[in-house]
Amino acid sequence: MAETLLKVENLQAWYGESHILHGVGFEIGRGELVTLLGRNGAGKTTTLRSIMGIVGKRTGTVRFENHETVGRPSDAIARMGLAYCPEERGIFSSLNVEENLMLPPAVKPGGMSLEEIYTLFPNLKERRRSQGTKLSGGEQQMLAIGRILRTGATLLLLDEPTEGLAPVIVQRIGEIIRQLKSRGFTILLVEQNFHFAATVADRHYVMEDGRVVDMVASADVNASIGKLQTYLGV
Amino acid sequence: MLDIFSIPPQALFGQLLLGLINGAFYAMLSLGLAVIFGMLNVINFTHGAQYMMGAFAAWLMLTEFDVPFWAALILSPVVVGLFGIVIERLMLRRIYHLDHLYGFLLTFGLALIIEGVFQWRWGSSGAPYPSPIPGGTNLGFMFLPTYRGFVVVAALVICLVTWYAIERTNLFANLPAATENPTLVRAFGINVPRLITLTYGLGVALAALAGVLAAPIQQVSALMGTNLVLVVFAVVVIGGMGSIMGSIVTGFGLGLVEGFTKVVYPPASNTVIFVVMAIVLLVKPAGLFGQTK
Amino acid sequence: MNLRLLGILAVAVLALAAPWIVYPVFLMKALCFALFACAFNLLLGYAGLMSFGHAMFFGMAAYFFGHTVKVWDWPVEFGIVAAVLGAALLGLITGALAIRRQGIYFAMITLAFAQMIYFLCVQMPFTGGEDGLQGIARKPLLFGLIPTENDYGLYYVVLAIFLLGFGAIYRFIHSPFGQVLKAIRDNEQRAVSLGYEADRYKLLAFVLSAAVAGLAGATKAMVVHFATLTDVSSGTSGEVVLMALIGGLGTITGPVVGAFVVVAMQDYLAFVGQLVLVIQGVIFVVIVLAFRKGVVGEIADWWKARRKIS
Repeated sequence: MAETLLKVENLQAWYGESHILHGVGFEIGRGELVTLLGRNGAGKTTTLRSIMGIVGKRTGTVRFENHETVGRPSDAIARMGLAYCPEERGIFSSLNVEENLMLPPAVKPGGMSLEEIYTLFPNLKERRRSQGTKLSGGEQQMLAIGRILRTGATLLLLDEPTEGLAPVIVQRIGEIIRQLKSRGFTILLVEQNFHFAATVADRHYVMEDGRVVDMVASADVNASIGKLQTYLGV
Repeated sequence: MLDIFSIPPQALFGQLLLGLINGAFYAMLSLGLAVIFGMLNVINFTHGAQYMMGAFAAWLMLTEFDVPFWAALILSPVVVGLFGIVIERLMLRRIYHLDHLYGFLLTFGLALIIEGVFQWRWGSSGAPYPSPIPGGTNLGFMFLPTYRGFVVVAALVICLVTWYAIERTNLFANLPAATENPTLVRAFGINVPRLITLTYGLGVALAALAGVLAAPIQQVSALMGTNLVLVVFAVVVIGGMGSIMGSIVTGFGLGLVEGFTKVVYPPASNTVIFVVMAIVLLVKPAGLFGQTK
Repeated sequence: MNLRLLGILAVAVLALAAPWIVYPVFLMKALCFALFACAFNLLLGYAGLMSFGHAMFFGMAAYFFGHTVKVWDWPVEFGIVAAVLGAALLGLITGALAIRRQGIYFAMITLAFAQMIYFLCVQMPFTGGEDGLQGIARKPLLFGLIPTENDYGLYYVVLAIFLLGFGAIYRFIHSPFGQVLKAIRDNEQRAVSLGYEADRYKLLAFVLSAAVAGLAGATKAMVVHFATLTDVSSGTSGEVVLMALIGGLGTITGPVVGAFVVVAMQDYLAFVGQLVLVIQGVIFVVIVLAFRKGVVGEIADWWKARRKIS
């Protein structure tokens, strides 16, 4: 495996009184695309949010490029080179498409330019002056992904990018994610749609009840399909 | 020269100038309120007290330390702005998660404290502040005191610079988004709490700057802010909180309306702005430049 | 249950015996402001609308009462009725306009209207301007049956008026109107989708609140013999907010407690002069930061917590 970009060990997290993560551990190598699979409530989104620093309380260790992030505020974590695309997309209704794209500041050199993003998402270029929330679900998802490409972040955290989208759009997003991977982005993907995840990922981690319980490499997916189906309850 | 509406031009233009000056202050103060509201969603009732502190700081600097007006114009907003930052950090920050009304109540309480302390220490009668540009020019249709002309120009410049900084540059481009979803904006790497603190400090500094400009015109007194801020609230309701330019235009405009009323029907001059507010509420509740949220 | 009954009985006995324990004029003033604060709290706690200009109803009613009783020589009862109706009318007009905006804008609008009324009062001759309406004589009530020259006698009249006003508020809160109002406060969109015209209910609450505030103002004028600009000032508006805050926003008895505290503070801290404002400001700040539930609210919480443990 290539050099480790993100190392999570014994990550525990709470929302107020609720203890959601009970000791999550996994690693991601530079340039990899790794998914977190699991049923609803397994703690996948909470894991992403914990890495980004937007939960109430976290303990454990999350090292990015060998720097500890636990205990640091979310803006500091973002500036280290991580970017987050939330499940609810978070498009700002008070800004138009272009303003939404320009909002996240460049935290490191090497981010994509606005023109490059428009090349990747031509339909966003067409709607650049439209109010952010007037876009369709698929377009909003692309906007949410496009937004974080400008920053220069090297690790992208994507939370269920295909949720609620038509199969044609899901395919398009899959293509985009594969392109991003080939450009050198490292991606941590949370997905419930296992078939989609299998088409893009190098490795899959399975989560259950706030813990990582298994890891399946892409090559071994077919062999492990029964086990995976049990985990995911399909 | 001809009388207009059988009013001697001296009286008419004199009052209009006064109205324009009042309007300048309405604009500057409602601008500060709009900036703070835009970022923090808090109505800064303390604005009037901070305006008063700005004037007092200039007066104290002059009487105690011989600091001239032009230096006070910079120093006073800095001092009062810092004080505002302390308020934001220690107190305002704790109530953002609550209903906006609590912000109103907190800043109201702070205004009471500040004005009470100043009143107790220096009484309520005013102290004069010498005009930094004495004298004036006779324009024929009226006499223009130079300092007052300067105030109007300075206010316009300040308002336009602020508007430009907010609307056209990236300095505060994050303002509306940060109000909508502060957690996410922070996760993009923007230090939202610091942005909020800075915005409040700037809004307060703006109020203090207005106070310094006001010192040579009004008496510097502990209560100079309260009476003003109540009218400014009406201005803000009329203009609608949404737009910076709206606050500026409405402020100046209402000042002129008030001045004109003073010439044409003096007994109504105190209340004309409130009457305008009533009409605006009937016709366009969101305010002249406001957007219904 | 029994404890509650005992509590009410104790309060009743205290209320009846009070003027022999504490200076009756203080009590009467406090009761007037308590009613005023209850009226304010009706609007805030049950309609979710914070009026920062309630003094306009209180003060204008005081002026109406003073004018009708002193200048037109009306009997006291009619004076009070006129004052209440006047306040209600004022409430209808200002309310209809103010309700068009929500939350913080509503507060600012009420503040601005009150300021307008204040300026009008400064100029209008019928208010007596800076001097106010002085020397409103005390006249016997009910065509001479109830004497009011005596402070003790007047106390019971004021107590009765307070109970009347308080009772009106209580009945309103527990009526179908009150329930709808609560629903609107909690989730306006849902209430509207159920077919309730939210604005009408809010306006109704506003007018009622104005009327009761007017009742308080008229009674106050009756007690202290005068109506002045202070009664319509923003200071008085701020004071009633403070009373409700201290007592506990949205509680029924909170405003009463708050009113007694503030009036006591005013009387017994009068020697401090201007610093009273500072003290009031400090209380505002402290309550907003740390004791948002107010005296009654915190005690209620503490009581509930105790019962859980035992």
